[in-house]
Amino acid sequence: MNLRSIPFSAWIGIAGIAIAIFCALFAPVIAPFGERDVVGDVWLPAGGDFLLGTDNLGRDLLSRLIYGARTTIFVAFAATVLSFSLGMILSFTAAVVGGFTDQLFSRFNDLMMAIPTLIFALVVLAVLPQHLWILILVMAVLDSTRVFRIGRAVALDVAVMEFVEAARLRGEGSLWIIFREILPNTLSPLLAEFGLRFAFSILFLSTLSFLGLGIQPPAADWGGMVKDNKDGIIFGISAALIPGAAIATLAICVNLVVDWLMKRTSSLKGGRGDA
Amino acid sequence: MMESGPLTGPVPTDGTAGATHPRSAELSGVPAKPNPAANPSNGEIGGTFWRRFTFRRPLAALILQRLGLSVGLLFAVSLMIFGGIEALPGDFATTYLGQSATPQAVENIRKDLGLDRPWTERYVSWLGGAVQGDFGTSWASKNSVGEQISKRLGNSLFLAFFAALVSVPLAVGLGMLAVQFRNRLPDKIINVVSLAAISLPEFFVGYLLIMFFAVKYGVATFPATVYDSMSFTERLSAIALPVATLVLVVLAHMMRMTRAAILNVMSSAYVETAELKGLGMFRIIARHAAPNAVAPVINVIALNLAYLVVGVVVVEVVFVYPGMGQYMVDAVTVRDMPVVQACGLIFAAFYIFLNMAADILAIIANPRLRHPR
Repeated sequence: MNLRSIPFSAWIGIAGIAIAIFCALFAPVIAPFGERDVVGDVWLPAGGDFLLGTDNLGRDLLSRLIYGARTTIFVAFAATVLSFSLGMILSFTAAVVGGFTDQLFSRFNDLMMAIPTLIFALVVLAVLPQHLWILILVMAVLDSTRVFRIGRAVALDVAVMEFVEAARLRGEGSLWIIFREILPNTLSPLLAEFGLRFAFSILFLSTLSFLGLGIQPPAADWGGMVKDNKDGIIFGISAALIPGAAIATLAICVNLVVDWLMKRTSSLKGGRGDA
Repeated sequence: MMESGPLTGPVPTDGTAGATHPRSAELSGVPAKPNPAANPSNGEIGGTFWRRFTFRRPLAALILQRLGLSVGLLFAVSLMIFGGIEALPGDFATTYLGQSATPQAVENIRKDLGLDRPWTERYVSWLGGAVQGDFGTSWASKNSVGEQISKRLGNSLFLAFFAALVSVPLAVGLGMLAVQFRNRLPDKIINVVSLAAISLPEFFVGYLLIMFFAVKYGVATFPATVYDSMSFTERLSAIALPVATLVLVVLAHMMRMTRAAILNVMSSAYVETAELKGLGMFRIIARHAAPNAVAPVINVIALNLAYLVVGVVVVEVVFVYPGMGQYMVDAVTVRDMPVVQACGLIFAAFYIFLNMAADILAIIANPRLRHPR
């Protein structure tokens, strides 16, 4: 793969993701004010000292946006990594072991998927105490059902290949087959899926925070910032739209990269390329 | 191609035909459930009866099977919503009162809410009530949950119905347009715009619309409150913005999936043959492509309507619309479990039955699915 083969839209996506990650990593250095410092009047317009204005408590919106990138990206990324590990290990186990284990996992997965994700999350978060790690765990478990389904479909295709059979006859254990035979051969489609799930995680986390069930104040997080500033909308104050736009931009950037990855993998497999 | 979307439903999408048999064997007795009167005591006659029935009326048998499967699934979901929560760490009474509550107070409230009974007993009485529409009383307001829901469910359905009414024809039309101009400018524009629209969170779309249409131009009303005394047209103008938001959110998904489904048919061999033998474009679409594209498109629509069920939650919160979604979110923040469980069950029920409808419509539209090999 050379850099020239990457289309323009994917470059936009990569640039957007890079900026967001840069903000997240160096938040204390580049943010003009502190995350929780009240520095001015409530809902000051953009311009002057405050590049994007201030929020509902008089905190600098740009600084909170930069710190929010940290929380949002970290939580979404952690949840995606966790859901992927969980979903892939379970799905590959189901595909390799087969039989009763496969039936058990798959039927349980069907059951989990029978409840809409957001509704499930609402029900579960109503009971559990509000901690960051619980939020990540809930997001990961709910999302892993989707990973499981795709992982199993992909792994089943590979599990019947000759080289897997050869490994089996050689006497390799299930762990070897999963990690050394199947995983390397399914990595490409799963990478695109990872991007898709990451974009979904960002949106899901933002939605939960917006509903007041995600990251708790005073920590900055993009969905929560929309919630904080939503009352200003009626007065024509656009403070709530800025973090909303940040979420949308990041999600679009991730999707642009995913779109390119998917096209690439589908053309590798000799797909029609249309659908 | 449909498996990869984030909103694929639970039952129907994976191998619509082949997977039914092992699954119905798992939920033992479920396929036979729709005709319990036919086999009162001995299972053997019932078995052969069912077999004969399947042979004579394969379509009816399959539909009954799906129906039974959905009921079984719903039952399992109710067990999960009630029992699964029970298994999670954390005591309702303690979370309800807060960490600093005295043991005596906790004990009192447990008794008050009926939490001292074993959970199996509570589950049975809860499910028994739920079937009759009685979901108990709210912990927070002490009102009947069922009464509240019956009011709000109508509002939510009103919203979702109009969103579907606008979005379905629009999505199918745009999807066909994209196919017609495949890989040309209109298709590319539609593709980029819909990719962007998929990435927009519902609340962002909602507030954007409020900002422009309610605040800047003043052509729409913002808090989309509806009450009983409102006339039908007043209601319609109140829900204009929430409906627009829902349409925008669902449209992109539905359109992309419609485009993929139609393209899938259009790139098949028989359409190519029709093209090669010189048939006109209209005739190819009307006689050859459309009958085969109906099933996947119907499937797409039903799946997206199921997605509306979830979209409604956020949109209702954004627009302060008195529906089920807002009720549930409010209940979750104060940990009002009877309300949360009731709303969760109803949302899941809608989701499951819409997915089942997608499945059944696909079977009706495509005769090949009626005879699983």
